[in-house]
Amino acid sequence: MAEVKLLKTWSSHFALRVVWALKLKGVQFDSIEEDLSNKSPLLLQHNPVYKKIPVLVHNGRAISESLVILEYIDETWKQYPLLPDDPYERARARFWAKFSDDKVFPSIWGVFIKQGKEQEEAFAQVFENFSFLEEELKGKKFFGGEKIGYADLALGWIAERVFELEEIGVKVIEKEKFPLVSAWMQEFLKVPVIKESLPPHEKLVTKMRGIREKYLGAAHPK
Amino acid sequence: MADEVVLLDFWPSMFGMRVRIALAEKGVKYEYKEEDLKNKSPLLLQMNPVHKKIPVLIHNGRPVCESSIIVQYIDEVWKDKAPLLPSDRYQRAQARFWVDFIDKKMYDASTKTWTTEGEEQEAAKKEFFEALKTLEGQLGDKPFFGGDNFGYLDLSLIPFYYTYETFGKSSIEAECPKFKAWVKRCLQRETIAKALPDEKKVLEHASGMRKNLVLE
Repeated sequence: MAEVKLLKTWSSHFALRVVWALKLKGVQFDSIEEDLSNKSPLLLQHNPVYKKIPVLVHNGRAISESLVILEYIDETWKQYPLLPDDPYERARARFWAKFSDDKVFPSIWGVFIKQGKEQEEAFAQVFENFSFLEEELKGKKFFGGEKIGYADLALGWIAERVFELEEIGVKVIEKEKFPLVSAWMQEFLKVPVIKESLPPHEKLVTKMRGIREKYLGAAHPK
Repeated sequence: MADEVVLLDFWPSMFGMRVRIALAEKGVKYEYKEEDLKNKSPLLLQMNPVHKKIPVLIHNGRPVCESSIIVQYIDEVWKDKAPLLPSDRYQRAQARFWVDFIDKKMYDASTKTWTTEGEEQEAAKKEFFEALKTLEGQLGDKPFFGGDNFGYLDLSLIPFYYTYETFGKSSIEAECPKFKAWVKRCLQRETIAKALPDEKKVLEHASGMRKNLVLE
């Protein structure tokens, strides 16, 4: 019987992508919670290059990097395909997934760790990125079309984190400016597998508030 | 109907080279369009509005961007010849992981090696060569990273050979002999020899870049 383990942390949005993919496909797996301040021998053994989570261990063999893991999962378990069959559509899905990590995340991180004028300037990048996403969603409910797919899982952290960000005073999106992206976020969070796998909201808010305060404190020491 | 394939590229781009090699391996006929990156064409801006970067592959009017994505696209469309990604899905995951590693760990270090000096350059060189040694561990005794056959990881890495030829010739010979042998094997392939620009031209271009940064 196939043995699937996922090394993760409760708050990592990269790990959450993998949880979503496995659950959408109905794959049974063991979750192993890692303490990143005290990494387990298992983690160090299975991801010697980066020593990071998530790591998927399937029948004893490890795969790292969340987007690489997602493609492996899609190729291994055929139910609920994440990537389309058509090569051009696959290329597009991969493009938006990469855009999420290369551009969207750094831009939101940029506003998350700043305030005042610096933050205002950082917002320009966030808005530019959202306008690209807005354009891509024209005529579509999800990035994957009628159902969520690879690109939705890759970008889904935005939907998931935007509420926590707002609660700690960082409002990244306005419904009027980006109606399609806002609608996508709501629809994405309604998907049962997504809804039932979200990290505990209050715990995440507390953690994120702590991180933001640390960065703001470091930038403006008293 | 004949395929129409256009490649928007910039001749010294390591990412562009990956795509040229992939197209050559598959025997795909295409039109090469040189971009002036200081004066980007309307076509480039239209086909890659998000990043405005090369390479862009335009296949029957539809653009594909990002070199790693383009190469996988090429492999999936022209699938009857010269498979680039491994057939085993675990090996495929490993190939994707290592190409991502090259992009994360080697590209910036390589660029800094060419464009900085002093301590910054030494740090960049160190980072670059450390990454290279990690990759050499993956090669083992295989002729190519793809095993017996040249593949996705091989073509993603070979364009960096200019950096290690220029900045670490003696260190390579001393510390990465398998790597050196692999480079030689790759450069013997006609597809690569055609896709990679002349070493002298690349050096001249890099000197030009350094002068523009007022380093010399």
